[in-house]
Amino acid sequence: MSVSDGRISRLRVTATVVIALILAVLPLPHWMDVARPYLLLLLVIYWSLSAPRIAGLMFAWLCGLAIDVLKGTTLGQHALAFLVVSFLTHKFQLRMRIFPLSQQTLTVLLLLLLYEFVVFWTDGIIGYPVTTWMRWIPVFTSALLWPVLVAILDTWNRRNR
Amino acid sequence: MVTLSSDSRPIIGRGPPLGAGLFFLGIVSVIVMVLDHRGGYLETARLWMSAAANPIYAVVQTPYELWTWLTGSFADRGRLRTENAQLTEQLRVARSQLLRFEALNEENRRLREIREASKGLSERTLIAEIINVSVQPFRHMVVINKGADDGVFRGQPVLDAFGVVGQVMQVGKSTATLILITDAEHSVPVQVNRNGIRSIAMGTGDGARLSLPYMTVESDVRRGDLLVSSGLDAIFPAGYPVATVTKVERNSAETFALVEAKPLAQLDRDREVLLLWADKPKVPAPEEAIEAVQK
Repeated sequence: MSVSDGRISRLRVTATVVIALILAVLPLPHWMDVARPYLLLLLVIYWSLSAPRIAGLMFAWLCGLAIDVLKGTTLGQHALAFLVVSFLTHKFQLRMRIFPLSQQTLTVLLLLLLYEFVVFWTDGIIGYPVTTWMRWIPVFTSALLWPVLVAILDTWNRRNR
Repeated sequence: MVTLSSDSRPIIGRGPPLGAGLFFLGIVSVIVMVLDHRGGYLETARLWMSAAANPIYAVVQTPYELWTWLTGSFADRGRLRTENAQLTEQLRVARSQLLRFEALNEENRRLREIREASKGLSERTLIAEIINVSVQPFRHMVVINKGADDGVFRGQPVLDAFGVVGQVMQVGKSTATLILITDAEHSVPVQVNRNGIRSIAMGTGDGARLSLPYMTVESDVRRGDLLVSSGLDAIFPAGYPVATVTKVERNSAETFALVEAKPLAQLDRDREVLLLWADKPKVPAPEEAIEAVQK
């Protein structure tokens, strides 16, 4: 595979991932911490749609593993959840790309719900269940962030063609 | 929309089929999870991967360190002077207490020698700084800046100046993750300092509250009692202050009283914690214990 995939370079993907990782562990006051969006997951979805040959399943899996390492969860837990989301995104990539933004946001919301469910489920199997309803908040804040993220990254990609 | 700037060449027909990738990586994830959770076989892997995470922690830390440095260097004279006076006062009080402690320690050693019991605890400590990163919002865990390179090990007890903080849960190359005593999945075996009644203090997920679910209605526990670690778990050495009892509710219809306690360690305010290397308390075999009682 060449260094650039179409117009989107690998460097750009890496840069956004690094920023997302930093934001994932940035200390925030508790009420914001509870609602912290899954920026890295949104990026994985975004790059899976717009640069599918850079951001493949392996990329998603490694991103999930990075979250596992940073957050100190059981290794492989978030990796699995990222993998499932990435698989579905790739599967419906051609359809999702022509969706209007509202419909795209809804699809992303469904993917995020699935992601949270996988994490919740594996949490339960491992034996550290977090059962408060508040754990579902980030799903909705992330879905709200999706249009913003798309707007920012699309603009950036267009300018630096 | 994503389409506008995207690469529109289809991915179908390139590389291995998607389903195979999902299957393969899915299996790998499950294997990794089982190895990590069941056996802890991936300690070394985690060690190195967390070393890779260090630069990210460093970046997150920078603004805070800069801010501390700035406020530190522009602190005005007056404040420094009052702070100095306060610290001197505190030191004086601590010194006088330490004098008494020395005497007590000596006495304790002599008494133990008489009873031919195990020697007092020989301990080594190391100060670790809490790294200002957020781990999981619903768990009580923090990351510290000491790791396997400093001899930190899994299950190591951690204290602060006021009491027990928690224990080491995961060890990285130069960082480690602590689980605090208030985490809902953590519990410490404790003892009421006044009369030696043993119980277990469980975390509640609330930073200011521990619950003691196994105190019978008849047990002699009062509001304000000090709870110290009993050392029965062979993780926390005996005799370290853990919490004070804040609430005792007895309902004679129930078997157990409702007892709550407040952790003494300043879990939400700490910047520095103390890692402890203690000699493992010798747990006497049952026969020995019976002999000791008969003596």
